[in-house]
Amino acid sequence: MEFGPHLMLASLEGAVIASVLVLTSMGLSIVFGVMRVVNVAHGEFYMLGAVLAWYVTSLLGGHPAVGFVAALVVAPLLVGLIAALSDRVILKHLKYDADRTIVATIGLLYIIQQTTLMTFGPDARPVEPPFNHRLALPWFEFGEGGFAMYWPWGLSTTSYKLFVIAAAAVVLVALWLLITRTKIGLIMRATQQDSETAQAFGIPVGRVYSMVFGLGAALAALGAVLVVPIQQAHYLMGADPLLLSFIVVIIGGLGSLPGTVVAALLIGMSDGIISVFFSPTLAKILATFLVAMVLVWRPQGLFGRSAT
Amino acid sequence: MTVRRKSATLHLSVLAALVALFFILPPYHSGNLSRIMVLAIYAMGFNILFGYTGLLSLGHAMFFAAGMYGFGLSINLGGAPLPVAFLIGMASATALAAVTGFLALRTTGVAFMIVTLMFAQTAYLVVLYFGSYTRGDEGFVIQSAERMIFGIDLTTEGARYVTALLLFSACFLALARVIGSPFGRTLVAIRENEERARMLGYDTGVHKLKAMILSGLISGIAGAAYAMLFGYVGATFATVQYSIFPLLWVLLGGAGTTIGPLLGVFFMFYLIDFSSSVTTAYMLVAGVVLVLLTMFAPQGLMGEMRKRVFPWLP
Amino acid sequence: MSNGTSKKTDLNRRTALKGIGAGALLATGAMPGSLGFAQAQSSAPIRIGFQKHATGIGAAYGRWYDATTQAAVKRINDMGGINGRPVEIVVEDDGTDPKRGAEVLEKFANQHKVDVAFGTLFSHVVIGSAPRAGELKLPYFVVSEGHHVASGMLNRYTLQPGITDVKSQVQSMAPFVANNLGKKVTMIFPDFAFGHDHRDFFSAAIEAQGGEVVAKIAVPPAETSFTRYFPQIPRDTDVVYHVMVGPAVLTFVKELGEFFGPSRPEIFGFIDSLEAVDIQSPGLEFLEGTYFWEGNPRHAQENNSEFDTAYRAAVGVDARGASLDDPKDVSTYAHMFGCWETLNVIKAGMETADYQGPQDRAKLIGAVEAMTDLPHSLDHPQGAKLFNGKTHQVFGAQFISKVTDGTLKVEHTASIEDGMYEDEVDYTAQSF
Repeated sequence: MEFGPHLMLASLEGAVIASVLVLTSMGLSIVFGVMRVVNVAHGEFYMLGAVLAWYVTSLLGGHPAVGFVAALVVAPLLVGLIAALSDRVILKHLKYDADRTIVATIGLLYIIQQTTLMTFGPDARPVEPPFNHRLALPWFEFGEGGFAMYWPWGLSTTSYKLFVIAAAAVVLVALWLLITRTKIGLIMRATQQDSETAQAFGIPVGRVYSMVFGLGAALAALGAVLVVPIQQAHYLMGADPLLLSFIVVIIGGLGSLPGTVVAALLIGMSDGIISVFFSPTLAKILATFLVAMVLVWRPQGLFGRSAT
Repeated sequence: MTVRRKSATLHLSVLAALVALFFILPPYHSGNLSRIMVLAIYAMGFNILFGYTGLLSLGHAMFFAAGMYGFGLSINLGGAPLPVAFLIGMASATALAAVTGFLALRTTGVAFMIVTLMFAQTAYLVVLYFGSYTRGDEGFVIQSAERMIFGIDLTTEGARYVTALLLFSACFLALARVIGSPFGRTLVAIRENEERARMLGYDTGVHKLKAMILSGLISGIAGAAYAMLFGYVGATFATVQYSIFPLLWVLLGGAGTTIGPLLGVFFMFYLIDFSSSVTTAYMLVAGVVLVLLTMFAPQGLMGEMRKRVFPWLP
Repeated sequence: MSNGTSKKTDLNRRTALKGIGAGALLATGAMPGSLGFAQAQSSAPIRIGFQKHATGIGAAYGRWYDATTQAAVKRINDMGGINGRPVEIVVEDDGTDPKRGAEVLEKFANQHKVDVAFGTLFSHVVIGSAPRAGELKLPYFVVSEGHHVASGMLNRYTLQPGITDVKSQVQSMAPFVANNLGKKVTMIFPDFAFGHDHRDFFSAAIEAQGGEVVAKIAVPPAETSFTRYFPQIPRDTDVVYHVMVGPAVLTFVKELGEFFGPSRPEIFGFIDSLEAVDIQSPGLEFLEGTYFWEGNPRHAQENNSEFDTAYRAAVGVDARGASLDDPKDVSTYAHMFGCWETLNVIKAGMETADYQGPQDRAKLIGAVEAMTDLPHSLDHPQGAKLFNGKTHQVFGAQFISKVTDGTLKVEHTASIEDGMYEDEVDYTAQSF
């Protein structure tokens, strides 16, 4: 394929990846920003979203769209509840001590993964998208008569992938409205800025933490429900999103939600585009190393304020 | 008895116990113990940086792998004699630790975690990229014929145990020495409050770098020893989970204690071994144990001992 | 999960050493089997350690390997066992991890005291475990498809008598591809050892047929979206050759279809991409008319042998290779037969060697090494085989199927000779 269409294809694919990544890493960013804890089980909440989506769609049957809409609502809700429960039972007890939370969430990771293996099984299972049409995309070239459109071989996307991009944007806007325009959002931001003062003002910090933890997990699950018709539900699928979300959050800067969005877009898009120019494994090597170097020279991330 | 005497007695008792166990245990368990001792070296290396200096690295698998591949490639591709290959393994890990330290120690806390994680990921991908030499994830075998030193075949049960024990003892005693020295105490001071240590005049940057290099060196020794005694080199050992393992072992056994790492490896090994004979869900058991342990015994086994019973524990 | 019920023996070091020494003496074959080393347990079970991928990336295969193993053992026991002794399977999970795999072999040899170990699929686990098998002098029968056994990397205790290796498979595909599908091939493979083997072996084989590999597209491991790799496929490609593995394969196949749309070149894949996946899953419609290598035809063919029919019934799969209990639960049909056949080879070897106990392990290996023709039978339902005692690798027929109306129909069967290559090692020249 020629360079132009190839780049466009890579960009579109990158946009899909970035969309899902934005949702997943927003979840982590909110948890990180407000509670200052590292949740190693974040990827497992993502995986649970996909697995639960499969259960919901299988149970409901009928037209895939029905099951899918139900899954969009049910899965994040359930995962959020599970997460909030884990917070109440485990993390609160640890008083959110950094090291202990890491260990506890590693334990939680094993528990969730193994339970899923025992119930859902080791196979990767597909979920049908609510709709899916192949859309051939045009490209432009300079012909004799000026600009002309043509349809390059292989340059295409699907209607569902476009939907994912749109859906992620909608959710982001909703999230932004929630955080900046509602009382709950205000409480979250207050707790993030200074939890002691917030508590002095009568904010139930403990309950806010549970809610935030649940919200973070629910966002990851939502991302997974959106992506599962493109990929499959598999009990080990949480590892990559965990890694990527962490990278995004740190690069974007702790406690900076706009930073997270920018970093997610950057990393999601670049993953696809770099592979146009370099062999994929080499591309991954470069990308990983670059991420590390960004942090080495600017530990507070791109948008972060001061070091923690 | 002074603390120093007590510590020395404790350490020597541990080593004596390990010697005795060789004769008491049936072959299955003495074989496990060889493996446990090698992995305990890795845990001790990690403990220097995490338990004593307070720096949590999520990328130590790259040091283990550097030692392993340095050793393995020297023998298989370079035809080097065994002791030379072992030294090359150690040197590789040390060099990698120095470079990593130079770059990563500019960050702290969570950023440090991510940077070390990213470096380790890069190392893993590099191993895969040069698959024509390293055979990538599949790995390669070091034939028994190569694993002989001074005519002694290291692949027999006895020789393997003795070698593991010798390496373990050397690292164990050396590290105990380091911990008891002024350098070691400075590391602890840095862990407790780096600002204050700096204000007292210590060059914390240099101390942290040295700790990182020592930590990497010991981890590399473990990697080279593993390849030498068990005959396999593979990219699996450079993956993230092999960076998580030493964290778990050290936390379970007691971070910042000398015996903690060995106990942590031992405990985790038998926990998995025992529960896997009861159910395939042994990782579930491990997960539950981890959660319970960190909720109710956060200092780890030896750490709790130190807190409640023996305050002098090194 | 079944498990050996042996308690920890209180064998102390000295008697253990004595036992091993005596066993070694007997194993040299210098003395006949009965010299007072009373193995008077002629009714004690033969214990076979099954190294199973119960968790980890190989878990989907591990499940079916287990089902096939249990079925094969049941049949053997129903027929009277081995040398009149019942067979007992001891299962341990290796987590699809090479470190744990080696530990599990130690457990088999020293704690469970099995006679032989068997059953591993993933190459890195095999390579990680094999050195220990050699040191423990434990016969290790792998069902892995990897070329590592025949390449000489391993040792005399490791054998692969039940399933063919990837070099042989790939090589035997080249003539059909070159003559029927096209001479210009684009290869898409995972960027690690398994994929590199396909790349290297197939490039050599297709060039020998006058073809050419016009593009080699390596996909990084653990990749989850593939569309951005497809633009690298050159326009003039005749055939796309793909062999993706892992949980994302369904995505790969779907996106390949979405990329090409209505105008696609010929497509030749390895069924590894679709093991445990239903061909008729939504999104896979475009596979219609494409070709697959099959180790063992998943869908029962018109001229199906009685052996295959009986084998399916014993293992519990239907004529489409799915579980009898759940037609959506598709098996790993192209690989799991290896367990069945390997266990039958172990049985035959033990009977030829008059295997009585661990002291006869070397005799057992010698007996298996002496095997050559393994005829098509219920012992070997996939087809006739030829075992190479020197390289410890078996050779067999390979099948090429075309997806026709949602069913895999065998169009070509490559012969055993098509897949043969020069010996790269002679394990029989090595000592025990």
